[in-house]
Amino acid sequence: MLKITNLQKTFNPGTVNAKTALRGLELTLNEGDFVTVIGGNGAGKSTMLNAIAGVWKPDYGTIEIDGVDVTSMAEHKRAAFLGRVFQDPMKGTAPDMEIAENLAIAARRGTKRRLVWGVRKAEREEYKKLLAQLNLGLEDRLSAKVGLLSGGQRQAVTLLMATLKKPKLLLLDEHTAALDPKTAAKVLEITDRLVNENKLTTLMITHNMHDAIAHGNRLIMMHEGRIVVDISGEEKKKLTISQLLGLFEQASGSEFTSDKAILSK
Amino acid sequence: MAFLNALPGAVAEGLIWGLMAIGVYISFKILDIADLSVDGSICTGGCVCAVLIAAGVPAWVSLIVAFIAGAVAGTMTGLFHTALGIPAILAGILTQLILYSVNLSILGGKSLALIDARLHPLVLNMSDNIGAIIAAVLIIAAIIIILWLFFYTEVGLTLKSTGDNPDMSRAQGVNVKLNKVIGLALSNGIVAVAGALLAQYKGSANINDGRGAIVIGLAAIFIGLSVSLKIKPNFVVSLIGVVGGGVVYYIIYNFVILLGLKTDYLKMLSAIIVVIFLAVPYLKGEYFKKLKPLPIEEQTGGEGNA
Repeated sequence: MLKITNLQKTFNPGTVNAKTALRGLELTLNEGDFVTVIGGNGAGKSTMLNAIAGVWKPDYGTIEIDGVDVTSMAEHKRAAFLGRVFQDPMKGTAPDMEIAENLAIAARRGTKRRLVWGVRKAEREEYKKLLAQLNLGLEDRLSAKVGLLSGGQRQAVTLLMATLKKPKLLLLDEHTAALDPKTAAKVLEITDRLVNENKLTTLMITHNMHDAIAHGNRLIMMHEGRIVVDISGEEKKKLTISQLLGLFEQASGSEFTSDKAILSK
Repeated sequence: MAFLNALPGAVAEGLIWGLMAIGVYISFKILDIADLSVDGSICTGGCVCAVLIAAGVPAWVSLIVAFIAGAVAGTMTGLFHTALGIPAILAGILTQLILYSVNLSILGGKSLALIDARLHPLVLNMSDNIGAIIAAVLIIAAIIIILWLFFYTEVGLTLKSTGDNPDMSRAQGVNVKLNKVIGLALSNGIVAVAGALLAQYKGSANINDGRGAIVIGLAAIFIGLSVSLKIKPNFVVSLIGVVGGGVVYYIIYNFVILLGLKTDYLKMLSAIIVVIFLAVPYLKGEYFKKLKPLPIEEQTGGEGNA
């Protein structure tokens, strides 16, 4: 489904601020994989997701989605394959537009947009049903501006937008990190449901080791722009946080302590 | 009494500037781009119109050609910005400068072209202010209806989202660069139509017309939205408010002239109005901010609307 080969990226090359974020990253996802991604700050997790989404071009390497080489495809064209939810709840939705309008724009991802009515009546009914499933009381607020919603509500709407048109790959970039624990749990619950219902291939970055273990069928750990741990199946199900910390120390040769990650186990 | 006599003229001219402000609204409010090329494209509209009418082309046809000329200018700004990576403000200034030369050559090297209302049937003219008001209202109503329909199409929605949240737009497969070009073309096209109407109204096109037009457009937007957003914050009401803002601006303008303000100071007045409208919300937030209560998670909504 996703095949990343020898991906390399250096920011600000040739300057004192040069930062190599990806060093020969290799990753292959199978159809239906739900992969959680952990790693310290600067390990290259978000850089990997941005590379897949096409925010910029990598220096070297290739990215294939569903057999199509997308390495140099423009971000908005690549969007046809992808559903994305960002860490910042403000980033995934247009605040000055109605909930229904946001959903309608997302529903047409990857199709040619025409000069026909942008939100059809039948669609509104459909959106109403989908919003009701979120259980956030949004089903009666289709015409409300998204900017009026709370961060958690906006992330839930963004999740719906990302999956409304079934993506080949769902990219979740620490999408619960900016939310309070209760809301974060709710958004994760919605994530699980949407991923399972639609059988979506998913990459989910998290800072929370517990979440990384509890969700998905596969876990990868990144360090210095590479994948250093890759666990799936039964082995992942039995994984504990202390094992995970041990694996990190082994792989990176340093302790995890300086990192925020340890705080959120 | 003098003020009442000047009123129909102020309303007519204010309506035309209100149309111009609709064009600025598209770039400034919808696309979130401060597009300075409008100072040039409003003049282009007037020059194209004056020359065409002098050549015997029907006045309404000259409006369509003016729209196309403005749209080309907007496309130029859009491409400078998106394809060549020039910051939007600079892209607009560059287009403005290019248009100065273009406008001069349209006028055949002269700085003024007259339109004789007695020789050519015009869409509107200052010789008949009531007729001019009716014509302007009809044209503006037609344009607002077209824009209203357009901005609720699939394409139109993505134009709104492009300005509202470019990250979200790209993630949803919207070609943000192309949309900026389309929006700027539409904006400058409308501004050029306003320029053409203004030339017909005044009976002339001058190479210096339009200097500071962006500021008048912004003033009209701020005046208009300060009222219309309180009534109902939707697209059509906003556009009507913007047109109303243009009219209010011109009534104030005529009023201060009658009070005896030297016309030399009028451009400064426009700028001060814009400074006030931009500064007040900022100062409120910066120096007079009230502490908000803790946000409460909204669970159920009040707007039973679907």
